Amino acid sequence: MFLTITTTGTPERPATDLGYLLHKHPDKAQAFSTSYGTAHVLYPEAEAGRCTAALLLEVDAVALVRRGKGKGRGGAPDAALAQYVNDRPYAASSLLAVALSSVFSSAMKGVCHAKPELPGQVRPLRVEVPALPARGGPDLVRKLFAPLGWTVTAEPVPLDSAFPAWGDSRYVRLVLESDALTLAEALRHLYVLLPVLDDAKHYWVAPDEVDKLLRVGEGWLPGHPEQRLITSRYLSRRWALTRQATERLELVRLAETDDSEVEEIDNAVEAETEAEEKPTPLAVQRREAIVTALRQSGAARVLDLGCGQGQLVQTLLKDPAFTEIVGVDVSMRALTIASRRLKLDRMGERQASRVQLFQGSLAYTDARLKGYDAAVLSEVVEHLDLPRLPALEYAVFGSARPRTVLVTTPNVEYNVRWESLPAGHVRHGDHRFEWTRAEFRAWAEAVAERHGYGVAFEPVGPDDPEVGPPTQMAVFTLTTPKEAKAA
Amino acid sequence: MTDETQGRVLPVTDLSLVVLVGATGSGKSTFARRHFKPTEVISSDFCRGLVSDDENDQGATKDAFDVLHYIAGKRLAAGRRTVVDATSVQSDARRQLIDLAKQYDVLPIAIVLDVPEEVCAERNAARTDRADMPRRVIHRHTRELRRSLRHLEREGFRKVHILRGVDEVEHATVVTEKRFNDLTHLTGPFDIIGDIHGCAAELEALLGKLGYVDGVHPEGRTAVFVGDLVDRGPDSPGVLRRVMAMVKSGNALCVPGNHENKYGRYLRGRKVQHTHGLAETIEQMAGESEEFVAEVREFLDGLVSHYVLDGGRLVVCHAGLPEKYHGRTSGRVRSHALYGDTTGETDEFGLPVRYPWAEDYRGRAAVVYGHTPVPEATWLNNTICLDTGAVFGGKLTALRWPERELADVPAEQVWYEPAKPLRSDAPGGQDGRPLDLADVRGRRVVETRHQGRVSIREENAAAALEVMSRFAVDPRLLPYLPPTMAPTATSHVEGYLEHPEEAFAQYKEDGVARVVCEEKHMGSRAVALVCRDAEAARKRFGVGGTSRSSAAESGGGPTGSLYTRTGRPFLDDDALTEEILDRVRTAAGEAGLWDELETDWLLLDAELMPWSLKASGLLRSQYAAVGAASGAVLPQALSALQGAAARGVDVAGLLSRTGERATDAAAFTEAYRRYCWTTDGLEGVRLAPFQILAVQGRSLAGLPHDEQLALLDRLVEHDGSGLLQTTRRLYVDTADPESVRAGVDWWLEMTGRGGEGMVVKPVGAVVRDGQGRLVQPGIKCRGREYLRIIYGPEYTRPENLARLRSRFLNHKRSLAIREYALGLEALDRLAEGEPLWRVHEAVFGVLALESEPVDPRL
Repeated sequence: MFLTITTTGTPERPATDLGYLLHKHPDKAQAFSTSYGTAHVLYPEAEAGRCTAALLLEVDAVALVRRGKGKGRGGAPDAALAQYVNDRPYAASSLLAVALSSVFSSAMKGVCHAKPELPGQVRPLRVEVPALPARGGPDLVRKLFAPLGWTVTAEPVPLDSAFPAWGDSRYVRLVLESDALTLAEALRHLYVLLPVLDDAKHYWVAPDEVDKLLRVGEGWLPGHPEQRLITSRYLSRRWALTRQATERLELVRLAETDDSEVEEIDNAVEAETEAEEKPTPLAVQRREAIVTALRQSGAARVLDLGCGQGQLVQTLLKDPAFTEIVGVDVSMRALTIASRRLKLDRMGERQASRVQLFQGSLAYTDARLKGYDAAVLSEVVEHLDLPRLPALEYAVFGSARPRTVLVTTPNVEYNVRWESLPAGHVRHGDHRFEWTRAEFRAWAEAVAERHGYGVAFEPVGPDDPEVGPPTQMAVFTLTTPKEAKAA
Repeated sequence: MTDETQGRVLPVTDLSLVVLVGATGSGKSTFARRHFKPTEVISSDFCRGLVSDDENDQGATKDAFDVLHYIAGKRLAAGRRTVVDATSVQSDARRQLIDLAKQYDVLPIAIVLDVPEEVCAERNAARTDRADMPRRVIHRHTRELRRSLRHLEREGFRKVHILRGVDEVEHATVVTEKRFNDLTHLTGPFDIIGDIHGCAAELEALLGKLGYVDGVHPEGRTAVFVGDLVDRGPDSPGVLRRVMAMVKSGNALCVPGNHENKYGRYLRGRKVQHTHGLAETIEQMAGESEEFVAEVREFLDGLVSHYVLDGGRLVVCHAGLPEKYHGRTSGRVRSHALYGDTTGETDEFGLPVRYPWAEDYRGRAAVVYGHTPVPEATWLNNTICLDTGAVFGGKLTALRWPERELADVPAEQVWYEPAKPLRSDAPGGQDGRPLDLADVRGRRVVETRHQGRVSIREENAAAALEVMSRFAVDPRLLPYLPPTMAPTATSHVEGYLEHPEEAFAQYKEDGVARVVCEEKHMGSRAVALVCRDAEAARKRFGVGGTSRSSAAESGGGPTGSLYTRTGRPFLDDDALTEEILDRVRTAAGEAGLWDELETDWLLLDAELMPWSLKASGLLRSQYAAVGAASGAVLPQALSALQGAAARGVDVAGLLSRTGERATDAAAFTEAYRRYCWTTDGLEGVRLAPFQILAVQGRSLAGLPHDEQLALLDRLVEHDGSGLLQTTRRLYVDTADPESVRAGVDWWLEMTGRGGEGMVVKPVGAVVRDGQGRLVQPGIKCRGREYLRIIYGPEYTRPENLARLRSRFLNHKRSLAIREYALGLEALDRLAEGEPLWRVHEAVFGVLALESEPVDPRL
């Protein structure tokens, strides 16, 4: 990991003043030990006309993996850090930001005892980072640095010249140039924005991080057009980190077994959105439609099959007509989040007795699901591979057999109305399929026929005359064989 | 009266709830101690002590009896005889115990100790803890006991033994009696015959086909009839005559069907409706002698509702029986055995809807039954229905046990019109149900043939459940998952972390003389289930059935599966998967393997190349990314260092280190590039099979590797498509230094050219060491350059190697063995045609264990 800071000068204001500003003598190579390895400061050039300081951090990859207690993976705090094959020794990540702040702490504060006038002066600055991991790509890099007065050059680094088809890596070669900033400002920008651009997996966040951000961001962060994104990425990491350390390791291992990335299989919970999560109107409309249909069915004991983060369970809890609400999901992480959302551990006994969350799977029959009035499968079926749908069908309609079953699923015809959705794309990365109204109807009617249910269909969201509603809902009602015969 | 010297003999059934009845001081505890095992007896005094620290605390009685009933319930559920030592002189107390016996379907038996009041009082007075018990308590007990005596049988006790007086109590002996349904000592072999319904001609034809001559099998086989001998068909008396004679002569066993039950009631003079073919039987029997009718009545009265046979491996009854009823004795069990379970609904033909109990069945014993006519007898969860509707023009079917072969004869004609057409599916059907969550959820122990009990922790099962449910292929097409493999012990050869010498040495120590070194291909692990055609896939694995819309859409259904180490489909594109299966299928046909192995499916363990085909996500995000970052940074850092050095700054050490870093990073990039190439469709894709895991009826996991490789070589040779690739190998004698050196050289040469390395396996495949423990089925030795992908670009630096050498292999080795045992178990269960849930249980176990914490680099 490496970056250089260059300034130019004149005999009156020599570039070598950089040495005073950084508190590091240009004719020496100095080494500082940091918690992840040794940071070296050296000057490849140091003339009055031009002076460059280089910060080189030698990361000890083996120590990085083994710093935790215990054997191998067991003690490592973070799944990603526990890889020996790791870009941390090379890429300018949060570790570099940490090194920057500890090696150049005075410079960052704008303190120079030898020449107190220097820190306040703006001077020509050029910062080069040869490999900067940048989630969001060169565009975001520009959006973050340009408003601060930098001229930004951000060129993507190709993944592998032997395989051009693989495209670009997540790294950019970054050059920042400005004549209008002080060195302290430059360092503070880097300190905050390097980790923000990094993919946010590898950074320790101390409890006082909010204060630190406010301090370092003073004077430039409040007015920044991307302030929200910067703040949320910078601080959201704390949660991401603990989650990885405690909750995901079993799935991490299964992903590793399969040479996959953990995100490929641990995707039951939506990734954090950049901005604060706000419920999309469609999700709200869907819940309203479901609650209405449940009330009409007279159901009191309700299963939410595939409850995800528990939004529907939360809504149902507000209506005392629902005396027992059971949220079932296959993802333990989703259930943990749902339980947090519902504050199950702090709920009063009476309320708590109405609600239950447990892990279950509709690929299996499950005796615990028998005997309920209604089951909701909201945005669930499309997350299953089609060949495995019969198993779900049997588990719900053949085995659990609630009186009422509500199934909602996207109407693929409506996708053309989503402006942000590229043609031919599904709405969510994990959707294995999305159905047209006719396909959904055909499936639902066949299911109803096979299992002795009647079925009716309802639109959810604006019912477009051409392409129908964004969400389609089927309401299945158990008919006794006698009634079926009479009908 | 009883002979005092010999005493009374009290028969007590082996599985029963024995209730001792007697006043305090009547000697119940002494009696119980003398005649039963200490663990069989639960006393109310003991339970009082448990909940209150005082065995005589009458205030604790309610809680004490809760505990007593709870313990008794647990014992009875587990099939253990239980003796309740409490006064039980009140009918209310006894009723609770009778209910308990009913709940667990065991016989309630009463043994009454009717001892004079004075004796009781005397004995209590002699006990310090009871000395102050008021006389009126004893008096009340005695009075209540006397009042009870006459009612005990009516209360529901199936046996009542009343011992009068101290002497009779003193001299009585208890003998344990087997239950009538317990014929576990009979091992057959058996021929179990389905519902006959008066089809005498078909019965004779079937008996003939099975080898019986006039009701006797020359090889001493025993026929077992599942009931419904009578009604509907043309000659019920003929059938009865044959079956009764065979039972009488000891050549057959018979359980009653609902039709026998009803006819028996008719014969006893009860009013029954002459429907469902009973009228025919009555009419046919009208021509029979009174003597024969009496014999029939006696025969029917004596039938036992179900039998447990062959050491508990086989249960025969008429309408099927859940495991908790096996060997039990209650009205409920009898009723279930005769009529089955119904949902309470009626179908569109007005017939009761039968509860699909077999879907839920998870028992170890095979249940063979009839009652529900089906077109074909098929196994479902270790149960099979043999009623193939002979009287409705179907056929009469028999099951040979233990061979598990079916034999049948067609009906001569439709003797009776069915109320509804025969269902197209066996009960439960082939529709991909009914794996139940209880089969896999939570902490579990899987019994394996090779390694005993393998435990699975709850959190690992939870992770496996998520992956299995959301990403895996259909469990029916996922009969196996490959186990993890331990690497060789860490090497101390300079510059190496792994080296084959240790692997050879380990096998030598394990007593394995001959090993095979197989080249590692550095693709991705792939398991291929290849069926001869879609029909074979449907028949053996139950996929693509006609009753499913999805199968109809895909036209014929899948002919197998191709999946990864976690059971995910290897390729997203089903058509491409089918093409790979087709090429393997064709090669197998050309090589003559279908006929030679007598199978219409193959389960192959293989490596699919290139690595980049599946791991492209990981390659791009991790491996190539590291290459890209290092390639961008290190040249710039070097040039900065050179600039500083030129200015006279002392950076020599850092400069040379950074130079070495650049070299290591370049070597790393080279290392992963070797396993990447671009593919187009199947162009550039290679499949290297290295083991045939199983074929129809056989696990081949134990087939020696040289024979395995010979079969696979033929498969590869006969592949005209260029898909299949051979696995290079070298045989090494671990005791011969020359041979070991040749093995090392082979590895050095192969890895020197950038090869991934090799796996060393005992040629004998499944091998145990001197102490009878399973030895590792394979040990991997990975190449020096390849390991950069695992341990990072700079792992070969001496200071890094020194640290990396301390790695902990024991957990990985133990995990490898446990997963291997589960994998073998899955294959054995598959080969033996065990139900899907049993195979799935073991497969799921492998996946769950894969999420155990172990150093992922091993």
